[in-house]
Amino acid sequence: MNELVFFINNVVIAGSVTGSIYAIGAVGVTLVFSIMRFAHFAHADMMTFGAFMVLLLTAAFPGVGAAVGLPTAIVMLPLAMVLTALLAVGIDKAFYKPLRAHGVKPIVMVIGSLGVTLMLQGLIRLFAGTSGQSLYIGERKEIFRLALPFEGVRAPIVITEPQIILFVLTFACVVGLHLFLNRSRLGKAMRAMSDNPDLARASGINTNTIVAVTWVIAGGLAAIAGTLLSLDVTFKPDLSFFLLLPIFAAAIVGGVGHPYGAIAGGFVVGFAETLAVFNWAVLLRPFRDSLPEWLAQAGNLAFVGTEYKIVVPFFILVAILVWRPTGLFKGKVI
Amino acid sequence: MTPMIEVRHVHKAFGGLRVINDCSLSVEKGSITGLIGPNGAGKSTLFNIIAGALPLDSGQVLLDGEEITNRPANELFHKGLLRTFQIAHEFSHMTALENLMMVPPRQAGESLFNAWLKPGLVRLEEAEVRRRALEVIDFVGLHHVRNELAGNLSGGQKKLLELGRTMMTDARVVLLDEIAAGVNRTLLGDLVENIERLNREMGYTFLVIEHDMDMIARLCDPVIVLAQGSVMVEGTIEEIQNNPEVIEAYFGSNVA
Repeated sequence: MNELVFFINNVVIAGSVTGSIYAIGAVGVTLVFSIMRFAHFAHADMMTFGAFMVLLLTAAFPGVGAAVGLPTAIVMLPLAMVLTALLAVGIDKAFYKPLRAHGVKPIVMVIGSLGVTLMLQGLIRLFAGTSGQSLYIGERKEIFRLALPFEGVRAPIVITEPQIILFVLTFACVVGLHLFLNRSRLGKAMRAMSDNPDLARASGINTNTIVAVTWVIAGGLAAIAGTLLSLDVTFKPDLSFFLLLPIFAAAIVGGVGHPYGAIAGGFVVGFAETLAVFNWAVLLRPFRDSLPEWLAQAGNLAFVGTEYKIVVPFFILVAILVWRPTGLFKGKVI
Repeated sequence: MTPMIEVRHVHKAFGGLRVINDCSLSVEKGSITGLIGPNGAGKSTLFNIIAGALPLDSGQVLLDGEEITNRPANELFHKGLLRTFQIAHEFSHMTALENLMMVPPRQAGESLFNAWLKPGLVRLEEAEVRRRALEVIDFVGLHHVRNELAGNLSGGQKKLLELGRTMMTDARVVLLDEIAAGVNRTLLGDLVENIERLNREMGYTFLVIEHDMDMIARLCDPVIVLAQGSVMVEGTIEEIQNNPEVIEAYFGSNVA
């Protein structure tokens, strides 16, 4: 039983946490792709930027959270979402819109977004420094230990406050996005534009508005994902480098342009990562007596070492591109 | 009377290729004007310029006396200028019915505020739009495929869907780009009838590009002949058919 608890803590919870963050990130990437038809590399930096805004706001108004019983960072999150959405719209106006107006090829936009990545990261470094910082300023991270009512179970299930908030927010984002895309007229207009931009314009849809709305949603989601990741671990200016590959892998696994695919892809990549670094030797321990000696002796049976975690999404990416190039959900259009 | 559409000295070149060359024409209110010409005469380019899908190099376009030069297509839509595409466009991942329901402008659900705060109003309006879409889909004879994804429809059915789209809102002028291409004869008869009915009952003005001369003869008066990017002649179909210049442009100088 203790082994099972270990599995829940290290795979089920850890995988859901990474999966949720990748999912929210990948949805943003996929939405931007389906409307503007280019891979937006600066997305992960918008996530860092969102977290950085939360850090600034938390530092400016510490203790606000205590009044409502939530971490201050969470109270500041809506404001950070607005700021990140504004940043996204601003970046589009300043860098991508002129390129679009000239009708450049998507690859030019992609390279432009790489430039934006470097610029944003440089800016964040300039103000936040290079070291990791906790988003909990003068507060304590609540950690819940749920002891299981079974005989002989000593280890509790451990879950932290930001993790619970993350699950709740991920669920809310998914439901909200679903309702938005399928029920609201604006969401339908987004689907229409991703399907056929010329016809959308000829049907009276203002495609500039749709582009702006897409950036607002992408920016807002990026701020959520970035902040919750930073709450769970720490805030670092180069967070984005560790997020970029898994997020793109998730978007591609799900079929680029397909929001539900991106969510599924996020969880696939997240769980694949955690399962790959999980030490399976622990689960085998109860059966030690009946195992061959070489297996019973092994202390660490993880597929890859933690330090090589980043190769997992890369491997998934290659596998999907070889066997199912359109992704699990056949993407391209919302 | 102010013409519905007026094109004044429009020029448009793609690189070194001058496609529209000092083209001036006008489309009278309430008319069904035909626009014909040999391949490469610039008909579709001119359409795209009028509909705001292509920027022009110089010149002016007016809609009912109001200058609309280089206005974006979505703005023109709200002014009552609608168009269909030479190669039928559709929202392939939506059903035929949903395609039509995308069209009506300024629905309450369009604003984020209403979508979240006044779901009742939005639902009421959607029911209304749905009723209208069902009427239109009956009208163009696509009732049996209304719940199919538009991407799966045949070429001809997509053309009918395009015509249906123009009927979802109160248009003033509709540009039809080869609506008959790929549509079978029986359907074509229906199409012509529908266009005439819209013209008569709803007061739509039509500008029609067509290669099918029978359809032009049945439907259009007057007919404008475009050749090498400018207007060659304009007149009734009989005048056009007997004009030696037109015959030469179409068949070369050796014929007739």
